[in-house]
Amino acid sequence: MKILVTAKRVEDPESKIKVKPDGTGIVPDGLKYKINPFDAIAVEEALRLVAKHGGDVVVAAAGSKEVHEQLRHALAMGAARAVWVNHAGPLDQMAVAALLKKIAEKEKPDLIILGKQSIDDDQNQVGQYLAEWLGWPQATFASKTESFESEQEKNKVPALVLSADGKKLRIIREVDGGLAIVDCQLPAVVTTDLRLNEPRYATLPGIMKAKSKPLEELTPAGLGVDVTPKLQILKMSSPPARKAGIRVPDVAALVDKLKNEAKVF
Amino acid sequence: MDFSLSETQLALQDTARRFAREVIRPKAAHYDEVAEFPKDLISAGYELGLMNMTVPPDLGGVGLSHFDQALVAEELAWGCAGVATSMIANDLALLPILIAGTPEQKQKFAAPFTRSLKLGSFALTEPGAGSDVAGLSTTAQRDGADYVVNGSKCFITNGGYADQFTLFATLDRSKRHRGMICLVVEGRPNGLTVGKHENKMGQRASNTVALTFDDVRIPVENRIGAEGDGFRIAMETLDNSRPLTAEFAVGIARAALEHSIEYAGQRQQFGKPIREFEAIQFMLADMAKDVQAARLLSWQAAWLLDAGERNTLVSSYAKCFAADAAMRVTTDAVQVYGGYGYIKEFPVEKLMRDAKLIQIYEGTSQIQRLVIARELFK
Repeated sequence: MKILVTAKRVEDPESKIKVKPDGTGIVPDGLKYKINPFDAIAVEEALRLVAKHGGDVVVAAAGSKEVHEQLRHALAMGAARAVWVNHAGPLDQMAVAALLKKIAEKEKPDLIILGKQSIDDDQNQVGQYLAEWLGWPQATFASKTESFESEQEKNKVPALVLSADGKKLRIIREVDGGLAIVDCQLPAVVTTDLRLNEPRYATLPGIMKAKSKPLEELTPAGLGVDVTPKLQILKMSSPPARKAGIRVPDVAALVDKLKNEAKVF
Repeated sequence: MDFSLSETQLALQDTARRFAREVIRPKAAHYDEVAEFPKDLISAGYELGLMNMTVPPDLGGVGLSHFDQALVAEELAWGCAGVATSMIANDLALLPILIAGTPEQKQKFAAPFTRSLKLGSFALTEPGAGSDVAGLSTTAQRDGADYVVNGSKCFITNGGYADQFTLFATLDRSKRHRGMICLVVEGRPNGLTVGKHENKMGQRASNTVALTFDDVRIPVENRIGAEGDGFRIAMETLDNSRPLTAEFAVGIARAALEHSIEYAGQRQQFGKPIREFEAIQFMLADMAKDVQAARLLSWQAAWLLDAGERNTLVSSYAKCFAADAAMRVTTDAVQVYGGYGYIKEFPVEKLMRDAKLIQIYEGTSQIQRLVIARELFK
């Protein structure tokens, strides 16, 4: 099977993010970048599926040349080739979904797996737009929580299971208050939640091999997509600083505070 | 001139950093405490290709440049210098073979390391031959198709677990450095005894033993280079590995700096975090510039090797400066932590113990200064 995955370039969650004083964006100095963690989970799940059923993983990303770093990371993990949409400047969720739709029409994958959201904007919309515009079934928040005890247990029943005829996929989804199990016809769009898997490392031999794997360059114009943002960022600001917590001497004091100060009872 | 890292270099650094943070760090204190060989970490690192990085692709390795290896070395040592020393010991053992071995010897003695996890040891130091390398007294006498080796070695990294030793011995002690040869010892031949694991001050996760050779027979075809090439091969190996040792110091110092910055932000005295006191700020500033300067020197030493230029002077600058800097930085880290810094529950006293060894092994800080002075007078 052929699986299309994504590799968005996002700020490293471990670097300190500061908002510019004028609120027009974040301070880029000294920032490190990574593949969106949810996308890394998507790449991992795709690699596990093709390891089992055969096939190839194709990774796509849009951005300026720096995004090669994230594409190569997915290639180093084991993806076969990369598709890069060369575009400098902002891309909103609809632009990204439109680009991915065109790539999907070109690549004709059996399955698209992408992060449920990216950790920069946390929009959680691209997968849903993409499935809708392609007219494909979608299963969002693919997850694996019910056998959380050990890796062994966890691997017994994968969250994504391909039917024997290869035409259907069963997905375990994380929903409020539990799990939902859905079956959908392929091709389909799946978005990944945090607990789906633990992405593998890019090994040193993998990193060296990734250098020579094919990376195809496309452009929004070439794909016939107008990426003019429909979304306008008015202002960015840091969340208000949290006040320090307090220690209470005993349970009675805690209950008293919850009742009379927090008023939760 | 360009100080930025390439896409591939960032990727290598990222994998090594993630491994150091997620795999080495959580176990570093444990292995320091028990001083046992970290087999689980070594095999996990091997699976990721973080060992034998010098072995070129035609022998099945990844063949990283010296610069790329230096990047990885800093990250590993940031995780734990003892574990890093154990992991890099293979490169030190394989370098003589890669530098001076025949194609057949490289296939036989280096290539197998890329196919499954094997450990190699570089056996040079002796009780009576530390800084005075040419003063070694382990003898090799030709007898038919073999050399017969007698003598003892000490402070041999990974010696207790090695599958193969790269041994330096002398054919004739009176010839000093012109009498040395390099031999590959496979497995545990008759007459080779491995001593007990030394109870070290720092880098306690790395295995350090003495070796005794009592009429050990080594086939002549296991000789690397010609008779009398041993000294040159050993020196060339150390020229290659010195930037990595310097980067170990950088990794340790960076860990100490990061811990100190974090602690200085949390620790309250006189009603405010101690980092608001100039006394602490100046220490942190000195630590930070030491780390940065040591890194840049190490990078230059590695870069010169990749450029195919002689790096003796700069690699001694790097090794000496970085080791001394790591000692200063880790000592100051303990000072920033105050009383807690002296307690083993906190991470910085280990770093101070680990750093001390870098001033000693692979050429003491004093030997590096001698080398520098000698180069200055050339």
